[in-house]
Amino acid sequence: MESDVKLDSRGMVCPQPIVELAKQRRKMDSGKIIELWADDEGAKRDVPAWCEQTGNEFLGSEPDDTFVRYFARTV
Amino acid sequence: MGKASIIVFSGDLDKAMAALTVATGAAASGMDVTLFSTFWGLNVIKKGGAWKGEGFMGKMFNVMARGGDAIGPSRLNMLGMGRWLMKRMMKKKNVRLPREMIKDAKELGVTFLACEMSMRVMGVRKEDLIPVDDVVGVATYVQEASKADITLFI
Repeated sequence: MESDVKLDSRGMVCPQPIVELAKQRRKMDSGKIIELWADDEGAKRDVPAWCEQTGNEFLGSEPDDTFVRYFARTV
Repeated sequence: MGKASIIVFSGDLDKAMAALTVATGAAASGMDVTLFSTFWGLNVIKKGGAWKGEGFMGKMFNVMARGGDAIGPSRLNMLGMGRWLMKRMMKKKNVRLPREMIKDAKELGVTFLACEMSMRVMGVRKEDLIPVDDVVGVATYVQEASKADITLFI
């Protein structure tokens, strides 16, 4: 999936990935795609939960070798 | 997006982390978050260093009730050994310390309020604390909490 911004939160734990995601979201316009790289297990549920809570659109995830790429469209 | 209101009563490292994690997480999820620090919870928002407090008794008390980076875990502190170990483990596992989480919380717009009554009881002055948004009483807490979707006492 193509993205407008890549955010690397590998090695971070709760609540850091979500905090970084929120900070990034504030800098962006609507309709852009954020790609978050995370390797903490909590992100699997936390990223979609954050999207639902903030009204952004969760587009899915793609596993890589040691981490997962999460995609969200800003709304 | 809702509102969260959290009373920080404990001054323990682990409990402060729990409160600050929920606060930053809720703020990151778009909630309007207020942290009320009272009694030992004032230690969480104290500046570093020992010589704080109002008058001689306040100084004596606040040498014992040190805050900032000096707060230790609620269990197994063992005269600071537990604190030292836990902080080392946190650093190694890339978990943020309370002072770093406070910075994040402020950046995300979390409101920090301090309880005036407990500040008086414990001889804590406003200048002993990190910059707080206000020093308030219980009516402010009730007003905030009655509008909140999440209320916690930690």
